[in-house]
Amino acid sequence: MEGFGIHIEGLRKRYGEGSAAVDALKDVNMTVAPGEVVGLIGPSGSGKSTLLKCLGAVIEPTAGRMTLGDELIFDDGWKIPDLRAVRRDRIGFIFQAPYLIPFLDVIDNVALLPMLAGQPNDVARRRARDLLEVLDVGHRAGARPSQLSGGEQQRVAIARALANQPPVILADEPTAPLDSERALGVVRILNEMAGQFRTAIIVVTHDEKIIPTFKRIYHIRDGQTFEEKGLGAG
Amino acid sequence: MISLAGRDILHSWSRFVLTGVGLGLLIGVTLTMAGVYRGMVDDARALLNNSGADIWVVQQDTQGPYAESSSIHDDVYRTLRALPGVSRAASVTYLTMQVRRGDTDVRAMVVGFEPGQPGEPGYLVAGRQITRSHYEAVADVKTGFRLGDTLRIRRHDYRVVGLTRRMVSSGGDPMVFIPLKDAQEAQFLKDNDAILGERARTAANPALNRPGVPGLLEALQASQTANRSVNAVLVQVAPGGEPERVAREIRRWKHLQAYTRPQMEEILVSKLIATSARQIGMFLVILAIVSAAIVAFIIYTMTLGKIREIAVLKLIGTRNRTIAGMILQQALGLGLIGFMVGKTAATVWAPFFPKYVLLEPGDAARGLLVVMVICALASTLAIRVALRVDPATAMGA
Ligand SMILES: Nc1ncnc2c1ncn2[C@@H]1O[C@H](COP(=O)(O)OP(=O)(O)O)[C@@H](O)[C@H]1O
Ligand SMILES: [Mg+2]
Repeated sequence: MEGFGIHIEGLRKRYGEGSAAVDALKDVNMTVAPGEVVGLIGPSGSGKSTLLKCLGAVIEPTAGRMTLGDELIFDDGWKIPDLRAVRRDRIGFIFQAPYLIPFLDVIDNVALLPMLAGQPNDVARRRARDLLEVLDVGHRAGARPSQLSGGEQQRVAIARALANQPPVILADEPTAPLDSERALGVVRILNEMAGQFRTAIIVVTHDEKIIPTFKRIYHIRDGQTFEEKGLGAG
Repeated sequence: MISLAGRDILHSWSRFVLTGVGLGLLIGVTLTMAGVYRGMVDDARALLNNSGADIWVVQQDTQGPYAESSSIHDDVYRTLRALPGVSRAASVTYLTMQVRRGDTDVRAMVVGFEPGQPGEPGYLVAGRQITRSHYEAVADVKTGFRLGDTLRIRRHDYRVVGLTRRMVSSGGDPMVFIPLKDAQEAQFLKDNDAILGERARTAANPALNRPGVPGLLEALQASQTANRSVNAVLVQVAPGGEPERVAREIRRWKHLQAYTRPQMEEILVSKLIATSARQIGMFLVILAIVSAAIVAFIIYTMTLGKIREIAVLKLIGTRNRTIAGMILQQALGLGLIGFMVGKTAATVWAPFFPKYVLLEPGDAARGLLVVMVICALASTLAIRVALRVDPATAMGA
């Protein structure tokens, strides 16, 4: 296995205390290599959202280890001091809906991330423009998100997730509202981006249309993960 | 870094500007209220300045002649002139009444004065001072009279020979200046029936109508109809003289009340205008509260409408400080738009007010400061909500 990507070992998360305690994650183990796209599937209540929040550095696990890229984020109750900076620099987020900022034009929706990370505006915009070109929406750089089609918006959202060159992208049901052709298109783009930028990508999904495309799938059930070879492995 | 607040304002500028205009009109009313108060104070000062007096001598135990009625004998000025330190002294009368202009009445303060003496209008914008001792008048332009017009006070017609500007009473009524004798007559003149009735009563009184004393009845009747009162005597102190000392002398020896310029200003500004000032102050407080409520409500609703975006911004690593700054800047932007609209509105509509509205730059600066502070305070509610937004909600928990 090359490089770092995502590495999770014995992750546990308990909500509440005493008799009201809920063990949402009991034993999660997971490794995603740079350039790899894996699926994460599981029934409702299995702990997907909780795992995604731990991966997204918005909640802290109760125990276990998590590494994103070359940085240790959680280690048995210890956490890196600035989770906000982790989210900004190490994680790209893609949601079910594009969730673009409506009052920023397309290029600044993408450039905002490097700007938040301290890049000068022109550097950030140059980077954003390049990414928009790669994702085939360079010609809409000056438009408002509301002027774009759904597919264009989703591609802008992917460009935004890539903007700070994070080692990790978390995609939460990114194809749910799309028809089969578009859904497969998004997966193809994610695979291309993973290859091109050496990003480790986790796609949380229920979507039967795209599940067969993954080479590797993590199942989560009752707070525990099980790895499975996907149909995409051929 | 780009200004998130600025982008959001540009994006929803129509809502922003409409709210700003609404707030602005409120601020305009506030500034105008302050201007009305300043105008009253300024009118009062102008009234004192224009009288040309250092000391006002009025009836004992009164706060005349502007705040209370005062009546003193019209030969008092002669004894005052003889006092050391007094350079000039002259009688004046003040009477607020309806002055007839053509078919309509104008409410005015009629001032009786002696030409060339204190009490004469200072600066004329047109025409000349009164030169004849009867039936000429100088009117303030706000009465609507023009040179050559005829105005009617009680039974007599006067010709307008001169015009003043900003000569108004402490109540804001424009002034009409006429010769003292005419004014005394107008103020104290009894109507014909009253005179006839009084003559008849005097004639019927055996103590006054004595057959053995020829001429007594006539002399009595003449003295009854004659008018020997004025409202005040205006005194000018000799150069280098001390008004307070002269006033003290007058109070001590003449059984009269004497007010110096600062005392008169105190009476006008602190007593006469004080109630209006409290009234206006009350308005200002209410307007400030209403403005704060509007800004708070608008910024709060705008923030609630952006909860999703705020969660996304937080998730992708935006600092709380940046988000709070965005909301604060929007509130301040709203305040700034409102202030500019309000200042413009107040400037545009001030001249149309019947009373003088004095918009002082200092008040505007203080107003801007207060608006900004109110907007900043009003935004705290929305900021509190925004800071409580959980970034996890963007992940569709
Ligand atoms: N904030 C929370 N407090 C307490 N229990 C929670 C909380 N969030 C989730 N849970 C519980 O944890 C378990 C896993 O939930 P979740 O991670 O949302 O699963 P999924 O996303 O797969 O439906 C569920 O039993 C759920 O009720
Ligand atoms: Mg869930």
